[in-house]
Amino acid sequence: MSLPRAIVLRAPGTNCDEETVAAWQRAGADAETAHIDRVLERPASLDAFQLLTIPGGFSYGDDLGAGRILATRLKALEEALRRFHDRGGLILGICNGFQVLVKAGLLPGGPRATITHNDSGRFECRWVRLRATSPGRSPFLPDGDPIELPVAHGEGKFVAESPEAFDALAGSGQLALRYVDGSNRPTETYPANPNGSSAGVAGVIDPTGSIFGLMPHPERFIEFIHHPRWTRIDHRPEGDGLRIFRGAVDAVR
Amino acid sequence: MLWHLQIDPAPGLADSEGRRVSAEAADLGLGGPWAVHSARGFLVEGDLSESDLRLAAEQVLADPIVETFTIRPTPGDPQSRGASAPPASGNAPVHVLPRPGVTDPVAESARAVLRDLGLDVSEVRSVRTYMIDGPAGSLDALIRRVLANDAVEQAIVGPLALDHLGQGRPYAFRRVDVPLLGMDDDALMRVSREGQLSLSIDEMRAIRAHFGELRRDPTDIELETLAQTWSEHCSHKTLRGRVEFEGEVIENLLKQTIFKATKDLEADGLDWLVSVFEDNAGVIRFDDEHDVCFKVETHNHPSAIDPYGGANTGIGGVIRDPMGTGLGAKPICNTDVFCVAPPDTPADSLPTGVLHPRRVLKGVVAGVRDYGNRMGIPTVNGAVVADERYLANPLVFCGTVGVLPKGMAFKSVSPGDRIVAVGGRTGRDGIHGATFSSAELTGESEQISGGAVQIGNAITEKMVLDALLQARSRGLYRAITDCGAGGFSSAVGEMGAELGAEVDLERAPLKYEGLSYTEIWISEAQERMVLAVPPEHLDALVSLCASEGVEATDLGQFVDTGRLTLRYHGNVVGDLSMHFLHEGRPRVTRKAAFTPPAESAPTLPDRDHYTADLLALLHDWDICSKEWIIRQYDHEVQGRTVLKPLVGEHEEGPGNASVVLPVRGSSRGLAVGCGLNPRYGDLDPYAMAGCVIDEAIRNVVAVGADPAQIALLDNFCWGNPERPETLGSLVLAAQACHDLALSYRTPFISGKDSLYNEYTHEGESLAIPPTLLISAMGQVPDVRRCLTMDVKAAGNALLIVGQTRNELGGSAYLKQLGMVGGRVPRVDPVLGMAIFKAIYECNGRGWLQSCHDLSEGGLAVALAEMCLAGALGAECSLRDVPCLDDAASDPVLLFSESPSRFLLEVRPEHVSEVLDRFEGLPVGRLGTVVAASEGEPRLHVRGLPGRTVIDAPVAEIRARWLRPIDDHGFDPVNHHLLNR
Repeated sequence: MSLPRAIVLRAPGTNCDEETVAAWQRAGADAETAHIDRVLERPASLDAFQLLTIPGGFSYGDDLGAGRILATRLKALEEALRRFHDRGGLILGICNGFQVLVKAGLLPGGPRATITHNDSGRFECRWVRLRATSPGRSPFLPDGDPIELPVAHGEGKFVAESPEAFDALAGSGQLALRYVDGSNRPTETYPANPNGSSAGVAGVIDPTGSIFGLMPHPERFIEFIHHPRWTRIDHRPEGDGLRIFRGAVDAVR
Repeated sequence: MLWHLQIDPAPGLADSEGRRVSAEAADLGLGGPWAVHSARGFLVEGDLSESDLRLAAEQVLADPIVETFTIRPTPGDPQSRGASAPPASGNAPVHVLPRPGVTDPVAESARAVLRDLGLDVSEVRSVRTYMIDGPAGSLDALIRRVLANDAVEQAIVGPLALDHLGQGRPYAFRRVDVPLLGMDDDALMRVSREGQLSLSIDEMRAIRAHFGELRRDPTDIELETLAQTWSEHCSHKTLRGRVEFEGEVIENLLKQTIFKATKDLEADGLDWLVSVFEDNAGVIRFDDEHDVCFKVETHNHPSAIDPYGGANTGIGGVIRDPMGTGLGAKPICNTDVFCVAPPDTPADSLPTGVLHPRRVLKGVVAGVRDYGNRMGIPTVNGAVVADERYLANPLVFCGTVGVLPKGMAFKSVSPGDRIVAVGGRTGRDGIHGATFSSAELTGESEQISGGAVQIGNAITEKMVLDALLQARSRGLYRAITDCGAGGFSSAVGEMGAELGAEVDLERAPLKYEGLSYTEIWISEAQERMVLAVPPEHLDALVSLCASEGVEATDLGQFVDTGRLTLRYHGNVVGDLSMHFLHEGRPRVTRKAAFTPPAESAPTLPDRDHYTADLLALLHDWDICSKEWIIRQYDHEVQGRTVLKPLVGEHEEGPGNASVVLPVRGSSRGLAVGCGLNPRYGDLDPYAMAGCVIDEAIRNVVAVGADPAQIALLDNFCWGNPERPETLGSLVLAAQACHDLALSYRTPFISGKDSLYNEYTHEGESLAIPPTLLISAMGQVPDVRRCLTMDVKAAGNALLIVGQTRNELGGSAYLKQLGMVGGRVPRVDPVLGMAIFKAIYECNGRGWLQSCHDLSEGGLAVALAEMCLAGALGAECSLRDVPCLDDAASDPVLLFSESPSRFLLEVRPEHVSEVLDRFEGLPVGRLGTVVAASEGEPRLHVRGLPGRTVIDAPVAEIRARWLRPIDDHGFDPVNHHLLNR
């Protein structure tokens, strides 16, 4: 049986492509990177893949707002991406990739939303606790115990176009990954919630569950020794982030 | 048409920039209250209508969910301004925009996107607009000190009276000859001074003599090339020059000290050096398939004038060093060290033209953050030192480690190879950076040298890196170096030193019109590399770069003529002998002297209790938490960081060193640490150098590095070396580097010096203290054995290893008491080496739970840090701390800073094994880790007579140690630290 194929799209300023490819490989996929310009030259090249990732970084410097320029350029791939989605392909946006998917309108799908500056007004790198609040709605979502992952962003606050739209997304289970406090409840309190997102939104799915975007970096917690306290906690066989990649690989295998 | 698109936060949403400005104005005591509303925006010039721009704003330039925008034509030049000016509320609006020629990445991106949308846009500039209510009399000060940096930005009060953004005018070629041959000494020095050449009279005379033999005057570009190449910054003429010191003549200080130790170690069988002191970074072997390299640079003078831009291009520049080492290395982590005046310096005590240290520190942190994070390189190690004497001369050290495949550490250039410039375009940025950094700052530096400050564009450099790593694996070039100080002049001059080179300057792609041939040649525009490309690979290289959106331009070729020939549209504008360029500089002879300060034994206050002293030390700027800085850096990107800079139960403890995995899939790691302490240097520069080497080594040994595989880097930052006393202390420090590197078998692999760190204003001179930064890179055979410094479990024993002596000279404790004198700590290399080895072995056996080295603040601070990081208490006694007789008193045992000492946490069942391994070495039981007693964990220490000398809740220790600078991103960030 051939391995599921994952494509990791990179643009000028993308900087998490290498470790994202490594994560897909660890999860059992055959992964490669492609420059966005090559894919724009031949959109049909996406047809060979089942998994697509837009990784973290500062695409085009985030000069016009995080992810904005790459989102604009993705419009030329609308047709190819729809085809990819319709035949069951899974799309993952991590950090800057999440910002791109939201600003391109692929997430949350339906009402408009954006991702804006952290309440803190600055970039921050720290580890957070997360829980999937609609397990089963998407193959990406880790069910069961909360997971720990690092965040590293200056613009991570998810904002829907209106309070009503936000409530509708919450009601439909699309606000699927939340920052949680020590009691595993979604939180708006800094620093457990690093950016001030309402209801602790850290990740969002589209209505079908096959597009997932999140601010934290699952590709940075693949090995136990990536954990910030690995020298003082019990050994674990692998990092929590791997569960997100493996869920997707298993779903398309 | 010139439009102003103003983008405001939507009503009710946070205006963090406005809030930052109000808060900083209050901090700086600028009257008040201030109410500030900020907006971002663009000036867009071109043949487009308001509705065109509206559409673009809705689609891409603004975020309609969280922002609103307005579009209006600019009111034109001041004469015709009128009806369209916006209504002013209170004071007039203030617009801040980059000066013409200053890199503006946001505007460049906006222009590209607008053109993609099919709009006819000729130029874009970014602009920030402030609506300000506050005391009108202080508006000027607010603009100068908070809103804009005059070195790179202009502030326009009132309507934006501009009618176009044109940056350049066409350049009319005219070859400029400098009539040197007929000049006397006075005239020569006038040429040097007025041209900002920083050439001495001996050097000017040598140039005149050389051209006398050629029977012609030099051209301006020839003189500039010589000035760049011979600058202190590029040629290190002091450290490589002759020094007369205490009746002895040192022919070449570097060669006879630091290089020599490395060469001697190599001759003595040390076999893991690959390329040292030859290339842009020092290269050592890592594993069977990979080498690693490391370089640390300073960017002090530019950072004094524009902290953000200076540090931004400082980190950008040092990243290019590994990229330009051998055939190019991939950067895998960054380091940064800042020396500033105390951030709480009173604002009214600043000399003219000097920025407040808070502004400097916040600016340099932001500069490193924005460049390093965008490059996707984790910033994993650093330090901050505060001393009043850094007020006018802050120091900014930036380092980068790279990894490269084995066999790629060397380069060569062949005749016929094309000279190819890759990366950013050339502009007027940083003209005279090399010669500027070789001179003292003055109160007027900001005015005369603004051009020496640059702003970087990290994404351009990331694109260059993406392209180069592919070109390297395809073997498309034979040599590579970066354009740093001196620009093309230094890069091409160095690469072609053994051969010769011909350059057609008009081929260089320019940011805007109007650069003269000389400006093209010496511009220090960022993000440029120079490659030697075999002609048969030129097309492949250019198209590979194009596929990554990177410009690669053929500028000329390397030739076997021994000459550097520069042309502009076919006209020869320069023709220099490579031999004269590189060997013609008259050797510098400097005098050095050193008078040690009279030794004095400070009388320590007699106290029963030292808790208050400890808490005060934990609040010291050098010792307190740096979390507010560290968290702004992405220290996890690339997924390699397995020991983070912050460790422990709440991920906030000050780790000894970070550890990264250079090779994905391997568990062999690299530990990166550093040491510096200018206060020791005031008293005893030889001892200081030993101590900071010991500190850098301690840091990496404490996390598990093999003491037999540690490489060092030196960065000397000193004052004016033409003053014998200043140079004397440098000579002593260099000699200590030699001696200790040899004893510890830790070779220096690279280094850099920055001299003339002095500030002169109205006849008064302020020099920095002698500052030596030592960076260490240690190899960790298996990172799964790494140790952190946080105590792990109640019941574990705490041991202290190493000898405590009465060494309080230069200590944090005496500084805290406001006292001077005392003996500076001295390294005993035989003892130190034995301790490093024993720790490494004990850890290899799995006997250690945590390890922390003793540095500023001594035993008391180290112990407190271990407790706050582990969120546990400790019950300790000083009775068994190994010490010499003269150190047997409570304050000395608590606060002496004797080197080569560590605290170890050991499970009870391994204590006897560890004690056995330390047989014959100074080791003692300090106490036990304890959990909360009566509600909260406490640190309790008994002194020699058995009475309590320290007793404090760990929570209180932690609260004193957390001392963030409120950088006004948002208040809860700082409050949460204190409220956890």
